[in-house]
Amino acid sequence: MAITSLRDPWFISALCLCALLGVPIIAILWSFTEISVPLWTHLIDTNLSLYIGNSLLLALGVGLGSGILGVSLAWCVTQYEFWGRSWFQWALLLPLAMPAYIMAYTYTGLFDDLGWFDSRSLVGAIAFMSLVLYPYVFMLAKTAFSGQQQQYQEVAATLGITRSAYFIKIALPIARPAVLTGVALAMMEALADYGTVAFFGISTFTTGIFRTWFGMGEMQLASQLAGGLALFVLIVLGLEKHSRRNMRFYQTQDLPVNKHSSSTVQPANPLTIQSPLSYYLLSAYCFTVLLIAFIVPVTQLCVWAWGTVQTIDVAEYWTLLVNSFSLAFVSSILIVFIALCLSYAQRFSQTKSVGYLTQFASLGYAIPGTVLAIGILQPFGWLDEQVNYIWYEWFGEYIGLVFSGTFVALFFAYCVRFLSVAMHNTQTGLERIKPNIDDAVLTLGRGRMSLMRRIHFPLLRKSLLAASILVFVDVLKELPATLILRPFNFNTLAVKAFEYASDERLIAAALPSVTIVIIGIIPVIMLTRAMKQS
Amino acid sequence: MRKIVFGLFASVLSISFVATNASANATEASPQQLNIYSARNEALIKPLLDQFAAQHDVTINLVTGKADALLARAKSEGRFSPVDIIITTDVGRLSRAKSQGLTQPITAVLPDFVTLQDPQQHWVALTTRNRPIMINPKKIAPGEITRYEDLLKPEYKGRVCVRSSTNIYNQSMVAAMLIQQGEALTLAWAKGLVDNFARRPKGGDRDQIKAVVAGVCDIALANTYYLAAMRNADAESVAIANQVKVVWPNQSDRGVHLNISGIAVAKYAQNTDIANQLITFMLGQQAQDWYAKTNHEYPVDPKIEWSSTLQAMGTFTSENVELNQVGELNAKALQIMDKSGWQ
Repeated sequence: MAITSLRDPWFISALCLCALLGVPIIAILWSFTEISVPLWTHLIDTNLSLYIGNSLLLALGVGLGSGILGVSLAWCVTQYEFWGRSWFQWALLLPLAMPAYIMAYTYTGLFDDLGWFDSRSLVGAIAFMSLVLYPYVFMLAKTAFSGQQQQYQEVAATLGITRSAYFIKIALPIARPAVLTGVALAMMEALADYGTVAFFGISTFTTGIFRTWFGMGEMQLASQLAGGLALFVLIVLGLEKHSRRNMRFYQTQDLPVNKHSSSTVQPANPLTIQSPLSYYLLSAYCFTVLLIAFIVPVTQLCVWAWGTVQTIDVAEYWTLLVNSFSLAFVSSILIVFIALCLSYAQRFSQTKSVGYLTQFASLGYAIPGTVLAIGILQPFGWLDEQVNYIWYEWFGEYIGLVFSGTFVALFFAYCVRFLSVAMHNTQTGLERIKPNIDDAVLTLGRGRMSLMRRIHFPLLRKSLLAASILVFVDVLKELPATLILRPFNFNTLAVKAFEYASDERLIAAALPSVTIVIIGIIPVIMLTRAMKQS
Repeated sequence: MRKIVFGLFASVLSISFVATNASANATEASPQQLNIYSARNEALIKPLLDQFAAQHDVTINLVTGKADALLARAKSEGRFSPVDIIITTDVGRLSRAKSQGLTQPITAVLPDFVTLQDPQQHWVALTTRNRPIMINPKKIAPGEITRYEDLLKPEYKGRVCVRSSTNIYNQSMVAAMLIQQGEALTLAWAKGLVDNFARRPKGGDRDQIKAVVAGVCDIALANTYYLAAMRNADAESVAIANQVKVVWPNQSDRGVHLNISGIAVAKYAQNTDIANQLITFMLGQQAQDWYAKTNHEYPVDPKIEWSSTLQAMGTFTSENVELNQVGELNAKALQIMDKSGWQ
């Protein structure tokens, strides 16, 4: 086994990539080598149960909230015809561009003025996060539902299975990997969130990590907490994978069905026309979600931003815009490429452990950005030192920092943090292509390159685009790691928004915030257009 | 067509990205460089740095962020760290930087008025910031509250607002109390305060001030510059801030809690001369005046006139504690707050 693994080029390259991306995670887990008993005792005696309880409630709440919203909306737009359906199909993705903490700031500002109720609670945090994170579920579930074969429905109908029974017994189980992937992403993001919960004063695992680090100056204990969080996520993801170990989810007979349907000019998935009442009821549901999750907060931000627009320095603002866009653009290409390589390694490799490797490498998503950044700084600092000594040996001078405090560190951080987002898309995309297509192509004497280029890429186009756009938007919104790792004199929109917000100048933070949303919208619209075309 | 438009858009942005960063590199040809890690936000430091850069023909490179994150960065960068100057908004972080070996003694000759500094001159205060009690004068009679200890009175049950104990200002306040009152009294104070909380701590200092006006509570603890900033902001903020009154606590005994914003020279600074010149500049009249007038912080130079907003809040006596100790006791303070149930 071991020898065959080492001969397997897919395994070797996956191992190298994952080892590299796993460095910060290992650096964080390394903290467990020294355990301070008095500190742990204090933590257990005081707040640990509160941290765990609140974090679990938050993650479960967000998982449930985003799951219900995402699945129900996806079901509506793929199964029923209603007013504005084609428009909602893409518009419902828009909240993705809204960072959760900005949503929180905006709504509390709004509610404070109105004085309706206090949104700064665990329930508020769950609601706001669910509203901005449901698009992960929506997007993946929509693809899964619309990819489901029409025969299933027809067979179900002949067996007298009602529409709702069909949804529960057939459609949802088939869409399970996609839905759970989306829910897992949302839950991981909720677990790693700091901005929203800190603002609401909710003691979660993440605020506990920062309390321990900043307040007590105990970096080690903070890393241990972060490591614990990562291990927890690893176990949960592992259990989910384990529970569906004997299931496979392929799209069967995809090509013949399409051929058939195109010849008879019938859509693969005819939409159900509803009674006039539900025709508008469904529109009302979609619109309400969009209103709360996007239209209201963006309008409020625009109103605030409008008040400050005269005071801005145009050149500085342009630089911020360019910086944010370029970082997000370059990272999305880089990360999707890495994700694709790893997904292929998993598909082609004979070694089972590739799956575990990639799972480990994509853990970064569940680690708070600041902790992850420290996990990068430490090994990079060591590496820089070695580079400088070697350089001195050869050239008689020091070169300075090559890795820390440069774009290298920044891009590396994004790769570790957002690989998971891209991987989920590329993997689900690849999983849905039946391996017998590969076999057929290979038997016909074509190489793997040809298989990828001619068969896989056209089929993967949507997944790749979705992956790059999700990463793009995530990098655009990313704050904590950017804040620590960025080079001198380099700011992004998220950094600027944070600076104002941390100074409690929410109105001034509106313009950079709304710009993040607007830049984030552009690729979301592109994505949906592209999806419609294919 | 769309692809072409997007391609053009992306390339224009990428080119300007390269161009901006190339021009940043080009300016590095300037003779002197000063690299700064600042826990102070860019808006509250850059104007002064720009003035200094112009006066001394030096290029200033700035990274802002959270203090502990910046310290962690400097630490992991080690002896090759480019940082020359560290600026923070809290004494705890300065003493932590010193104890982690990230600083070196300041060699500049400091003005006579400088009293708030490290004994070995590893850091020096630039401004002071106080954390008094703020009340709704319609609900609390004048003279009713004169000490921090008064907040524990049973009649104030459910009437006190303060932000989370995760916030550094609260931690420093409790650490300073720990030095002056000892552990038992401090814990009792924290517990009593928690008993009188109107709500679970949430939001920032401004939110506590707003809560007092909104009637959620009648008493808040907040730093003065937040109130001062609100009194100089939009009409709505001014209206809120004017309904709150500042009470300077413990004026007959230990004084109101005091914290500082400060500056230090990094251990491996490349350019210690210019770094020390910056410190002299920050303690100079121009910079001190800017902080007092624009950011409504108390200047360390007593000759500088305060902003009219600060003057209107009145004069006061501050507590007199060994500031490095405040930093050292930060962890202890947090543990006490943990025990008291202050979230």
